[in-house]
Amino acid sequence: MHALQRVFAVAGKEIRQLSRDRLTFGMIVGVPLIMIMLFGFAINLDVRNLRTGIVDEAGSQLSRQLVADLAATQVVEIVAREESVEALEAAMQRNEIVVGLHIPSDIERRLADPNRAAAQLLVDGTDPLIAGIAAGIVAMPFNARPSVAAPPPRTLFSARAFFNPEQRSAVMIVPGLIGVILTFTMVLFTAVAIVRERERGNLELLITTPVRTTELMVGKILPYIAIGLIQVTLILLVGALLFDVPVRGTLTDLYLASAVYIAAVLGIGLLISTIAKIQFQAFQLTFFVMMPSILLSGFMFPFDGMPTAAQYIAQVLPLTHFIVIVRGIVLKGAELADLLEPLRNLGIVFLVSMTLAVVRFRKRLD
Amino acid sequence: MDTATAADSARPDNGAGEPAIVATGLTRRFGRTVAVDSVDLTIPRAKIYGFLGPNGCGKSTTFRMLCGLLTPTEGEVRVLGHSIPRDAETVRPLIGYMTQQFSLYRDLSVRENLDFLGKVRGLSRRRRRERIEASLETYDLGRLARRRPENLSGGERQRLALAAAVLHEPPVLLLDEPTSAVDPRTRRSFWDSLFALIEHDVTILVSTHYMEEAERCHQLAILDRGRLVAEGEPKTLIGDLGHTVLEVEGEQLARLRQRIAELGIARSVAQLGNRLRVLLEPGDPDAAGLVGAAIAGSGASIAETRPGLEDVFVASTQGDRDL
Repeated sequence: MHALQRVFAVAGKEIRQLSRDRLTFGMIVGVPLIMIMLFGFAINLDVRNLRTGIVDEAGSQLSRQLVADLAATQVVEIVAREESVEALEAAMQRNEIVVGLHIPSDIERRLADPNRAAAQLLVDGTDPLIAGIAAGIVAMPFNARPSVAAPPPRTLFSARAFFNPEQRSAVMIVPGLIGVILTFTMVLFTAVAIVRERERGNLELLITTPVRTTELMVGKILPYIAIGLIQVTLILLVGALLFDVPVRGTLTDLYLASAVYIAAVLGIGLLISTIAKIQFQAFQLTFFVMMPSILLSGFMFPFDGMPTAAQYIAQVLPLTHFIVIVRGIVLKGAELADLLEPLRNLGIVFLVSMTLAVVRFRKRLD
Repeated sequence: MDTATAADSARPDNGAGEPAIVATGLTRRFGRTVAVDSVDLTIPRAKIYGFLGPNGCGKSTTFRMLCGLLTPTEGEVRVLGHSIPRDAETVRPLIGYMTQQFSLYRDLSVRENLDFLGKVRGLSRRRRRERIEASLETYDLGRLARRRPENLSGGERQRLALAAAVLHEPPVLLLDEPTSAVDPRTRRSFWDSLFALIEHDVTILVSTHYMEEAERCHQLAILDRGRLVAEGEPKTLIGDLGHTVLEVEGEQLARLRQRIAELGIARSVAQLGNRLRVLLEPGDPDAAGLVGAAIAGSGASIAETRPGLEDVFVASTQGDRDL
């Protein structure tokens, strides 16, 4: 009874302080909005309008046809016509173009010869995404006009993108973004939670009261679970309204899973808070959680392609498990029952980090 | 079960008959520094017990050990019959602690701060309301109830801190340099409220480096470099002082001060306006005569005067060197 009263006292106090802290309050709404805009609009994996330069040495009807076909894909945008390959390379050096197309004068003969490439594509290899796109252009079938006797285009595989047939990057990114945003804000909020009380001297008073460590910790994370769920709602709304991201599973499942995930990241935040001496250290430690979360969790790069060591490290990060869950529910229409393993892993992260935080926190000054 | 509530703690069965606090051989080391060195204390109930000492003498460290915030390296503490740090959680509801730095929430209003502490301290809704109203009244905080501490003056904050410390009516109150940030008038009314609490059988421990405050205590412990160097009623301490105090009045006191210091028989020579206060080392009957000879011809007058608490303090600590 008294324990519950103390937990709610701490939680209530935390909410009051939060509602008066404009910066933190702004972060609750601002960070999700800014990040979803950034990832949804700027970081666009459907590459279009790559600046392209052309050297057409053939100047024939066929070569013009080739250029027109390429432009029609909208992947490239012809911005320059050069006289020589050297000029094309120089333009790329100056970053005026990222793709160059060299059509040699003997293109007709080359097309007839299956052992020789018809034309050459120069690609700015410094950008991994553009290089990948170029590979797609190379595979582009050239529907030769009847005047040229080219073999009909043949392809070995036909790929079909499950769950995201149009392959829109927003659909791929937004669900994972829920996890990234929650990691960022939640870890940060709780990482400073106890450090701030220590810095402001409140802790010296608090530890003379009968409040127990567990009550203090639980009281501190309760409000943030609610705040995290508000952020989830915000991201889903923006995702649905601006980027047409569907939710194929049930919202109940999504919110339940999110609550478990939020608890896990809050636990990590609290643990940081018991390690850091000042708020600045808490920020630094938060960064140590953020970077591997974004890079190793499978949010940015496919998890299966990572070295084994990186995969092991990733197991410790809650985001790794949540990415599986959230993509499952939002995109594949999975149910919680299908996701028991990652859910259990999140539970373990929560329990371990909370236990460590409670053990590390001393109701003493020494 | 829950820890004892404040209501239980108000019952006088906590080590009834024992002194409020007994510490034996209390020692605390931080690495190689000895902050508190085998201090023995017996603090009676319903009295104001003062700790006097220069900065860094171990006052705060002693305080924190007495209320279980720091674990003693050696020694024992009993608070109202409970052993610390073993029963630290049992003792927490029995203690009200006012920290040296303001430690309430600056972004919560006066009433919200008190309400939070009341909840955390396990007061029922009704008792909380009663106690908060009473505290706002007693400590003249009524019209400030909705203000936040970040917008309060030093004296107002101090009243709030005291109100928060006594909200759950603890039988023992620890005040760590409570008046360091307030003006003398505020300090005076603050002490009036302390004496009012004594009437309700509260034992108060207060640390200070102000003589005028130390003089108001029922009993006083003087700490120096972690050691207890004197203990007793302020009046007794002054009466028992074996040192003679002289006052020299005249011109060009800086030169006279130098001459007296060179005699090597004065513990300290302090200037107060156009007077020099000379605290002589004890046991030399000719000392006063030597001082008289030293200042002869300067036109200054010399007279023996009644010692004060400051003289006790200087005599029992390391003298001028530390002040």
